[in-house]
Amino acid sequence: MASGQTAIAAKGVSKLFQGAGQDTVVALDKVSVAIRENEFFTLLGPSGCGKTTLLRLIAGFDFPTEGEILLHGQDIAPLPPYRRPVNTVFQSYALFPHMSVAQNIAFGLEMLGKSRAETQARVSAMLKLVRMEELRDRRTSQISGGQQQRVALARALAPAPKVLLLDEPLSALDYKLRKDMQIELKRLQHETGITFIFVTHDQEEALTMSDRIAVMNRGRILQVGSPRDIYDRPSERFVANFIGETNFLDGEVTGVSGAEARVKLADGAVISAGLPEGLAPAGRVSIVVRPEHARLVPPGAPADLAGRLETAVYFGTDTHYHVRLDGGGAFTVRTQNSRGGGAGFAEGEPVGIVLEPSAAQVLRD
Amino acid sequence: MAASTTLKHRDVRDQPGFGTMACICLIVLYAPILILMIWSLNSGSIVTHWEGVSLAWYGVALQNEEFHSAARNTLIISVSATFFSTVMATMAAIGMTRVKPWRGLGTSFMVINLPLMVPEIITAVATLSFFALLAGQLNLNFGIGNIIIAHTVFCIPFAYMPIRARLEDMDLTLENAAADLYATPWQAFRRVTFPLLVPGILSGMALAFIVSFDDFTITQLIAGPGQTTLPLYIWNQIRRPMTPEINAISTLLLLVSILFVSVSFLIARRRK
Repeated sequence: MASGQTAIAAKGVSKLFQGAGQDTVVALDKVSVAIRENEFFTLLGPSGCGKTTLLRLIAGFDFPTEGEILLHGQDIAPLPPYRRPVNTVFQSYALFPHMSVAQNIAFGLEMLGKSRAETQARVSAMLKLVRMEELRDRRTSQISGGQQQRVALARALAPAPKVLLLDEPLSALDYKLRKDMQIELKRLQHETGITFIFVTHDQEEALTMSDRIAVMNRGRILQVGSPRDIYDRPSERFVANFIGETNFLDGEVTGVSGAEARVKLADGAVISAGLPEGLAPAGRVSIVVRPEHARLVPPGAPADLAGRLETAVYFGTDTHYHVRLDGGGAFTVRTQNSRGGGAGFAEGEPVGIVLEPSAAQVLRD
Repeated sequence: MAASTTLKHRDVRDQPGFGTMACICLIVLYAPILILMIWSLNSGSIVTHWEGVSLAWYGVALQNEEFHSAARNTLIISVSATFFSTVMATMAAIGMTRVKPWRGLGTSFMVINLPLMVPEIITAVATLSFFALLAGQLNLNFGIGNIIIAHTVFCIPFAYMPIRARLEDMDLTLENAAADLYATPWQAFRRVTFPLLVPGILSGMALAFIVSFDDFTITQLIAGPGQTTLPLYIWNQIRRPMTPEINAISTLLLLVSILFVSVSFLIARRRK
């Protein structure tokens, strides 16, 4: 898998746009990130977070206000797009409407000055890779959205770029096709061994496809890590909120040992919680606990938190228990349903909540 | 709610008197042209006295040396003016849609389109004064070239509009995609932008041609001896006792106009 070598890196990259009148919009604020060779790397965030701007800077459609973009250690930020060994799959696909499927795929190779024979061989190989051999002479307006997506992929992969950029390429597809294309993209990335940089606002897509994810908001990268890191160990409130459901608790740090902190919760229990890298907090902190990393116990049994069960919602595979804590906050516990189960917690009755070991995580903010 | 829905769905064609009004409009617009065409088939020699159906006057027109000369002049002027104005309009349209917004962009747009709004007689007088000055002060006279220059100038906005519309409709991502696939700006223009622009350019050419082909006011003022164009020729003919020859010539001109307008229309309709 990932060989660990850096393929592309951003160093202190900022991008300011001149807005209406005197306003300048900060699209990217001193972003630094290193993306490894052969990695499926995802930029995840809400619209307007700067993820597409960062992609456009890497592609060369825009130039950073400050900072460097390094491809294998070389600054490519000032190069025009046609001088960068980087190709893009556009959200709208941007297939050339006056060319056939094969001509679209051949375009980049022709511009690179490849021989006719080499181009034809490569086009055939690409059509095979995306399973579109029968449609090579079709007009791009005569094929379906999913097929256009494949042509866009084949066209971008044909010149064998060092890095492939994908700008929300699945957003125009319906649910079923999107699921198929997610698998297809993983296969292509595996077969070609090219570094993929994938932009999406869909957290599920990011979790299922990526080797690593960078969560972005307001022009900054908040956290970079594996899907499991990001989900289990969110380091900022925004990350915890943006990805999955979560519970927030207030507490006070009573001691730190290594990457763990002892935290005294508002209603008295003392738990241990993971710390984000390089953070040594003191005083009041916020911590997060995923709903599936806690369970309900009958009142009186040893528990980390105590409260009253407000509602229990049955979801088929699992049940969501919404608890009002004695301290006043809300807490959700998600329990997988087992056959013949049904723990028998009644709405309105007092309950205890036990947190799994290392379920809690301290937030940076 | 229900009432407003039915109102919305009601067609304007259901309004009382719609059909009558439409018929009156069509008659006012096309009856004179139809009458002109019908009388061109008159075998007699007096325009207002019908004697029978014949194509004789077309034969007379096609053998008329003056008509030939006028047609030749018109063709030379229209084709040249179409070529030069379309080239300039294309460059202007690209220069005004494919660049970062610059100070004076709005003004430039107005300046290009101004000839559409200035009364033609004013343009004609101004053009005449300009060429008179050139001839008087610098002793410069390009002959038929003068007319070509004048036509090129007022054809530019007509050629410019459909080309610019086409450029504005075009998805800019396509040009980004070409650049992303290693096309230099010139290659991207030649391989992507230009092929997609061709319908707009053809449409602009057809419009420019028809405007030049039909022009009377400006040409009348600046044309010298031997530079008679078809509209001027017809004008001169109707000041003499009229024969159906003039109807035949007018009908021929009309057919050329219809052809070009149809071509322009069809191209515009096939744009998507």
